[in-house]
Amino acid sequence: MSLRLLLIVISLVVFNGPVQAGDDAKKGLKIAVEADRRDTGYHDFRAELTMLLRNKHGKESLRSMRTRSLEVEGDGDKTMIIFDQPRDVKGTALLTFSHKIEPDDQWLYLPALKRVKRISSRNKSGPFMGSEFAYEDLASQEVEKYSYRYLKDDTLNDQAMFLIERDPVDENSGYKRQLVWIDQAEYRPQKIEFYDRKDSLLKTLVFRGYVQYLDRYWRAREMFMENHQTGKSTLLTWENYEFRVDLKDSDFTTNSLKRAK
Amino acid sequence: MRKAGSFVATTLMLFGPAVALAESEWRGEIALELRAFTESALDPEQNDSNLSLSGEVEYYTSWDNGRQSFTIKPFGRLDQRDYKRTHGDLREAVWIFSDDGLELRAGVDKVFWGVTEVHHLVDIINQTDAVENRDGEQKLGQPMFKLSLERDWGVLDLFYMPMFRERTFPSVEGRPRSQPRVAYELTEYQNHQEKYHQDMALRWSQNLGDWDLGLAHFYGTGREPSYSLGLDDGLPVLIPRYEIIHQSSIDLQGVVGDWLWKFEGIHREGQGPSFFAATGGFEYTFYGIADGSSDLGALAEVMWDERGDSATTPFDRDVFLGLRWVANDVDGTEVLTGVVNDWENSTRFFNLEASRRLGNDWKLGLQARFWSNVDESDALFGLRRDDYIEFKVSRFF
Repeated sequence: MSLRLLLIVISLVVFNGPVQAGDDAKKGLKIAVEADRRDTGYHDFRAELTMLLRNKHGKESLRSMRTRSLEVEGDGDKTMIIFDQPRDVKGTALLTFSHKIEPDDQWLYLPALKRVKRISSRNKSGPFMGSEFAYEDLASQEVEKYSYRYLKDDTLNDQAMFLIERDPVDENSGYKRQLVWIDQAEYRPQKIEFYDRKDSLLKTLVFRGYVQYLDRYWRAREMFMENHQTGKSTLLTWENYEFRVDLKDSDFTTNSLKRAK
Repeated sequence: MRKAGSFVATTLMLFGPAVALAESEWRGEIALELRAFTESALDPEQNDSNLSLSGEVEYYTSWDNGRQSFTIKPFGRLDQRDYKRTHGDLREAVWIFSDDGLELRAGVDKVFWGVTEVHHLVDIINQTDAVENRDGEQKLGQPMFKLSLERDWGVLDLFYMPMFRERTFPSVEGRPRSQPRVAYELTEYQNHQEKYHQDMALRWSQNLGDWDLGLAHFYGTGREPSYSLGLDDGLPVLIPRYEIIHQSSIDLQGVVGDWLWKFEGIHREGQGPSFFAATGGFEYTFYGIADGSSDLGALAEVMWDERGDSATTPFDRDVFLGLRWVANDVDGTEVLTGVVNDWENSTRFFNLEASRRLGNDWKLGLQARFWSNVDESDALFGLRRDDYIEFKVSRFF
């Protein structure tokens, strides 16, 4: 009798357990794929962004930059970021060819020396411009970069959400896992919790003020990142989104990096 | 009349959109620099401290939907002691036309080739503004026409340079400087056209996955003079001489995980017997050290020149070991330090460069350079007592 019970328990854990987990993984992946599908096909865009950095004493500093991005079929996006503020780095530009699995290719242009430096994209978890955003938070979010698990349906700001967990595939990621709240209506990320390698809550990112472009693509006007371990925060504001401005591959080369102003 | 009319029409077509769509902006930088020398000077004409003020303004405008642009960037410096360091230069005054895969530049411009940290071996288009800094990273504006073609097979750059710029050298009061001083007023040229020899260069470069490769050839007046000992007013001086050279070069950089590999090599003909020179090494970066967000890079580079002690650079049989610390903080704090050691004559050169922002518009810089154990045969021998520390405050606007 007790042996039978034990067998049942074991079979539940060993067989049923993974099947359950497999279903959750499938559902998690399905949500991620659907979110990605809805955000595919914009071809290219450019936008301006500012970052307001605030330390725990309330001291603020400002970053401003422009970005342009080109979708690449079957691979990650090509992105160029040109810095305007702080002024000592004005004209510095970062070119990224992101890839689904392979490490991204990155070049940094230093205008004072007119020099293009290849940089290692392994520095994923490093802060971007001293902000609370890591490079990987701003990189092109490819489906393949994570493994997924659907956790539950949830409610956030009176909106129905999917709560999914995603674990970075890349061992150089600064995170063990992320919890992502995606709204069920439009499949937009609304909130992300980042857990560090020791699995303690590191940061929370909240998306605000979604605007729809080309009747299809949703972009948050504000992204607010709060670091719970340091008390610092960064408010990222997107402005002047322009889609389909006829950007080409030739706008994303190391040569075009030298022309960026 | 008709001709004039079509000229006006063409002009309007070319520059008309400028009125409507021009995007233009100004930026600038003013810097105050103080140098303190830690040893007494070799020459009584030289001093133990120096104050210097420099300024640079850049104006940029683009039109024709961003396909055309014009940039002008004058630079000037006032130096307390060295009247040759008190100088101005048009760093850039360039018109750029770019369209899908094609770029045309005309005017005064600056071009950098190369990948290594210490010795900029393949960089040859622009002349070094050596009174600014001896690191070879400050350059004089170079008049040029440049055509670039970007294709699947790579980028091809063609340069035509109608005029040569002489290297800048410090006056008798300047410090650091060579001993004896370089007599720039006695400059010699191998070619009778002197600075109007028409120089040409071409470069092919390509991104090959994790590697970037560049191959180039330069024909014209060598930017690096050779020196002969002469007399001026009965005092020994170094007389610079510019030769017509052919220089082929290769530069290669690649990313392999946390490793950054770099190599530069040249073959030069026309400046004495032809020779090879090379430099290369790596930078390995430890990310997020000490459980924080700062990065520490370990650098090593080897420099070799077939000419040995008779090389026109001090980097003939040298090895550089260095560290780069990047705090990744709000103030952009960075430190680069290292030592270049000549493995044949044991001459050592220490270098430290640090900088951080102060608020949004200010920046503080610190630089320290020390030469030690300098061998008489080394090109750095004249600098053996010119150790200095430099403080710099910059205001950006």
